[in-house]
Amino acid sequence: MKPLSRLHEKLSQGKFAITGECGPPRGSNKDVIDNKITLLNGFVDAVNVTDNQTAIVRMSSIAAAAHVVAAGLEPVMQMVVRDRNRIAIQSDIMGAYSLGIKNILCLSGDHQKFGSQPDAMNVFDIDSVNLIRTVRDMRNTGKDMSGFDLDVAPQMFIGAAANPFADPFDYRVIRLAKKIDAGADFIQTQCIYNMDRFKEWIRRANDEGLTEKVYILGGVTPLRSAGMARYMNKKVAGMDVPDEIIKRMDGVDKQYQADEGIKICLETIETLKELTGVHGVHIMAIEWEAVVEQLVTQAGLK
Amino acid sequence: MITGSQKPINEIIKLVEPYKKVLILGCGTCVKTCFAGGEDEVAVLASALRLSFKQMAKSIDIEELTIERQCENEFIQEASPGIARNEAILSLACGAGVQAMAKRFAKEVVLPGVNTTFIGIQESPGIFTEECSGCGNCSLAIFGGVCPVTRCAKKLLNGPCGGSQNGVCEIDPDTPCAWHLIIERLTTLGQLDNLKTYIPPKNWNTSLSGGPRKLIREDHII
Ligand code: SF4
Ligand code: SF4
Repeated sequence: MKPLSRLHEKLSQGKFAITGECGPPRGSNKDVIDNKITLLNGFVDAVNVTDNQTAIVRMSSIAAAAHVVAAGLEPVMQMVVRDRNRIAIQSDIMGAYSLGIKNILCLSGDHQKFGSQPDAMNVFDIDSVNLIRTVRDMRNTGKDMSGFDLDVAPQMFIGAAANPFADPFDYRVIRLAKKIDAGADFIQTQCIYNMDRFKEWIRRANDEGLTEKVYILGGVTPLRSAGMARYMNKKVAGMDVPDEIIKRMDGVDKQYQADEGIKICLETIETLKELTGVHGVHIMAIEWEAVVEQLVTQAGLK
Repeated sequence: MITGSQKPINEIIKLVEPYKKVLILGCGTCVKTCFAGGEDEVAVLASALRLSFKQMAKSIDIEELTIERQCENEFIQEASPGIARNEAILSLACGAGVQAMAKRFAKEVVLPGVNTTFIGIQESPGIFTEECSGCGNCSLAIFGGVCPVTRCAKKLLNGPCGGSQNGVCEIDPDTPCAWHLIIERLTTLGQLDNLKTYIPPKNWNTSLSGGPRKLIREDHII
């Protein structure tokens, strides 16, 4: 297959890819995106643009991703099935592709109960597996879900999420296989703090030959403080921050905790670089974009 | 059964305030089982209302009656004389019962006294859980008898989301993850292979998405 995007091209050349993350603003200020992109440009191959993450209303991921394109970086547009039915999903994908957006990450989305407007009705017309399939089918058959021939069908590089730290653990590899069957080209994982569990997951994925069918980008988020580690472990759905990481953060003086977080993150990236079946790293430095340059440089990825 | 819970007393007071004579009409089936609108609840509510109106120095005549089912014409008939004597009916039935009354007594005021919640079961004494959303196309067989359409907060049909941890759903530590239950059941049944089955987008046309539904049994039409 001819590379569908620059991210695809890099991965297909067997190079270790780096993706970052850019959360759209809570409002219409495009400068917020431009500023984040300035910090990330040159250090990542593509940047994820989140879709009303944690169900907090923000600028749409399509519009924000279009701003990223204009700013000269390649976006990975996230799309959740929480807020759109299949009609809106297909239409948004066509629109996004027409705006130059070439990567998509297909997600279920955090439940609106966590968000800024918990009274909202959710949609969940199709699930994330069927979202992946929809994008794949549009790309490969040139038809929409009803079988209608599209004049130009979106040709997107399709990503999906995997959370090796969610339960039931045994099922997590089956789920990965299901997403690959549905058409996922690449996977970005939940933030890795529990490396033992991640290694076990990737070992099983390797054993089943899954890592040859899909590119896997391990997710990392540098911790800024011990408090953040505790918060993520307790409050963020599907997150697993082991005690020893929290203890390690607790063990250093408050003013040096961010440095310790960066150190832990660099060690994780180091391990990921060596792991069979891992093809890149996804750095989610949420509202801390400035740290990405340091991480990428010190990890020797630049 | 259909579950529901009685509306807060202050809301009920506001609903009945404009009327001098009110019939509180209980229903002896589902809402009785979930302690929202059976004979006992009718009696307790009637006393509470009488007391409240007395304290407000307002007069109100309250009559009590409970019939077997407000959703069936056959039983509704029984309420006819009571309805004729009153200005308004405060129905403690589910939303279907309230509407059946309103259809039958087209010129009467029918007020809802219960918030209807779901189709469910009494899982343990006093604990009711939602089990089915009447999607019109039951696929419990493949899910080991646990309904993800209803019991997964995201209606996921192809496996659990990334928020499932320690058997509970990401929305709340007191809510079991439906997919955890499905996997447990399929393990017990030796049907874990079902998990690998790809489930295509659901046809929601048979659910409320297709508009209000009607069930027609030609063989019973007279
Ligand atoms: S699949 Fe549909 S009919 Fe069956 S239990 Fe679930 S909601 Fe009810
Ligand atoms: S945690 Fe389980 S029940 Fe809750 S939304 Fe995710 S898969 Fe569904």
